[in-house]
Amino acid sequence: MATSEYETHEHDVLVIGAGGAGLCAAIEAAASGVSVGLVCKSLLGKAHTVMAEGGIAAAMGNVWPEDNWQVHFRDTMRGGKMLNNWRMAQLHAQEAPERVLDLERWGALFDRTKDGLISQRDFGGHRYARLAHVGDRTGLEMIRTLQYHAIHQPIDVYMECKIERLMKDGERVSGAFGYWRNTGKFVLFKAKAVVIATGGVGKAWKVTSNSWEYTGDGQSLAFWAGADLIDMEFVQFHPTGMVWPPSVRGILVTESVRGDGGTLKNNTGEQFMFNYITEYFKGETADNIEEAERWYEDKKNNRRTPNLLPRDEVARAINTEIKAGRGSPHGGVFLDIASRRPADYIKKRLPSMYHQFKELADVDITRDPMEVGPTCHYIMGGVRVDADSTAATVPGLFAAGEAAGGMHGSNRLGGNSLSDLLVFGKRAGLHAALYAKNLGGQLRVDAGELEAVVRETLEPFSRPAGENPYAIQAELQDTMQELVCLIRTESEMIEALKRIEAFKARAKKVGVGGGRAYNPGWHTALDLKSLLTVAECCTKAALDRKESRGGHTRDDHPYTDDTWGTINVVLKQAGDGNVALRHEPLPQMPADLKALFQERK
Amino acid sequence: MPTYTMRVFRGDPSGGAFKDYRVESEEGMVVLDVIHRLQATQAPDLACRWNCKAGKCGSCSAEVNGKPRLMCMTRMNLFAEGETISVAPIRTFPIIRDLVTDVSYNYEKAKQIPPLRLKPPDPDGKYRMMQEDVDRPQEFHKCIECFLCQDVCHVIRDHDLKKSFAGPRFFIKVAGLAMHPLDTRERTEFVEKTAGIGLCNITKCCTEVCPEHIHITDNAIIPMKERMADNYDPVVWLLRKFRGQKKSSA
Repeated sequence: MATSEYETHEHDVLVIGAGGAGLCAAIEAAASGVSVGLVCKSLLGKAHTVMAEGGIAAAMGNVWPEDNWQVHFRDTMRGGKMLNNWRMAQLHAQEAPERVLDLERWGALFDRTKDGLISQRDFGGHRYARLAHVGDRTGLEMIRTLQYHAIHQPIDVYMECKIERLMKDGERVSGAFGYWRNTGKFVLFKAKAVVIATGGVGKAWKVTSNSWEYTGDGQSLAFWAGADLIDMEFVQFHPTGMVWPPSVRGILVTESVRGDGGTLKNNTGEQFMFNYITEYFKGETADNIEEAERWYEDKKNNRRTPNLLPRDEVARAINTEIKAGRGSPHGGVFLDIASRRPADYIKKRLPSMYHQFKELADVDITRDPMEVGPTCHYIMGGVRVDADSTAATVPGLFAAGEAAGGMHGSNRLGGNSLSDLLVFGKRAGLHAALYAKNLGGQLRVDAGELEAVVRETLEPFSRPAGENPYAIQAELQDTMQELVCLIRTESEMIEALKRIEAFKARAKKVGVGGGRAYNPGWHTALDLKSLLTVAECCTKAALDRKESRGGHTRDDHPYTDDTWGTINVVLKQAGDGNVALRHEPLPQMPADLKALFQERK
Repeated sequence: MPTYTMRVFRGDPSGGAFKDYRVESEEGMVVLDVIHRLQATQAPDLACRWNCKAGKCGSCSAEVNGKPRLMCMTRMNLFAEGETISVAPIRTFPIIRDLVTDVSYNYEKAKQIPPLRLKPPDPDGKYRMMQEDVDRPQEFHKCIECFLCQDVCHVIRDHDLKKSFAGPRFFIKVAGLAMHPLDTRERTEFVEKTAGIGLCNITKCCTEVCPEHIHITDNAIIPMKERMADNYDPVVWLLRKFRGQKKSSA
């Protein structure tokens, strides 16, 4: 292929993904004085971070002075059922407050306490009200703040650009190759260090809160480049997605509804969460309505409402209620804030939810309960990284945010995602820049590999009557929804793997018509490869882990198993392209941190 | 299931035309759902932008039956069964393909806006702001950058004064900064000279199409115009300084 067929850009650090993590990484790398490129699949400011509603978890102690990083660390580890990388959880809890203040210094306007400090709200699994927020549009505030800060830094932004493959020079990463969505023309980025900040994989499921972008690009890019993935079996199904009308099924209903006083009810009006308090959370959860109600105002003398148990617990409970026939008319359960809080309060605290239900479902949430049910929301697993530096297992590759694994263990607490993006986005930018500074010599890209990617990328055009990419995507989503969802079992996952193999074969025969300029059919066809990769990784890891923990529940292995509690499932691409799976022991927590878990049951 | 005729613009910078498609719509569907159904079944290469499908990212702006709207927030039951519904790209910006336009003008304008210049923190290192002081700028922070206000603004749409005019989206951005309790930057000169607020003759078209119901004209543009006028009148300026900024009714 002649070089004129693609343009080339060169940077010290290339960041792939411009959500919270990617923007933070780019800002930090630029501050370190290296040349930075930031690539995003959509327009700048449209990344999925914009959808985050509830807030940023950070032990600032503005509302509850008793809060501190140790309490946040403990909550995070317990929420993840102790499978978290302890060091990541520690760094996260320690650094989150300062990162929230960074946002404030860059112009974010959080809701305030009476003293004029950043207000903090209650959320599931957090001992104290801890989420810095702006109504229920915190993600929008965060991305806009980062976006407008970033455009005044020396960062080259490449919008609507999709990376197809990482380029390597021997063992280390040397760049990335992709295409402009607008024109379909190819582009090569040579880079000393690459940061993966591409978010999640939720588009592999049918009912999802995730947008079209969430096709596991980053996890797949890293996997194909030889990096380890970790914890891919752990997928978070957010307990409250919209269920009606069908076209909006899966759209997120923020946990803030429950944080601000909303409660889950079944079709008999029962607050059923009181029936689902597991042994693990018994000590810290109110077992009667009176105590749960008192807790909102007095956290010292009362235990937390079970409506705010961690998400995995609540999602399973809702699933059980629906299966037992106690669901709402459209196959969800009721989420009631109307009868519990004044209309003005609801509109002030939850304006987007009010708007969303009013416009899309003809429901006035200040008068009527919402109907909600679980929706695929987040993957805890991802690229395996070093806790301090976010370095992946391939030299020159870094990962942060949802694309990275380890921080959240088997289940993420609400609010810990935005703080994760800030803390590890910054760390990724810093360490990628340091790595790039220490790297001398020319950047080499394997021309043969590059040509192979070009060929593969253009292939669908040679088969205009080939398989319909939308159909394969939809069938994969049905398969994952039906067979590798909230509750899993061996036989179903074996069936899923069989179907995934068949989809992979069909994806090789996918065809598109039209031209290369802004062609969504082509884009969907190309995204299939990564979507199938992450679906397979998730299913294989889930089949392997014979226990139930956090975002991985097995019907055939319903209990948490201490032996599995010491193991991470690690995936790597084998020489033949298949998924090689191995077990590795969890990093051991030092004694002083261990002690935090013995103080209180 | 009701069937509709979707009259969708297909084309690129070299030209194009509306094309009719017959599509079934299910209960609760929005225009974006129908466009997705078209892509999956009849027109795989039909170009459109979208992300969140919940009115939060501002990607899927289009002109539906001539009216600038977010496709994800436009319910199909707004239209009568059998009705022909036209879907066109937002007209003010150059077309890339089908429903996708080149909105880079907005990103260029965004870059011109001088960022926040913070005042020093309180002696304990913290910043304090009262909720009543952040309420006003918070309204402008709701903007999802759908650029529908830019699309309908006469100055940009009909007079194509893009060079000398920032447009409503960026007036609220500047207003948000100017009303930020911690900002110390003088912004009137920028608003007048670079952003060209004088060209706005407050027809309120921007406010009408804002899917976030931000009071663009009343709460951002008019106060900024007033502030500019006041700058020429030292008496009014002083009075205002002591009394505090007048809050205009929404």
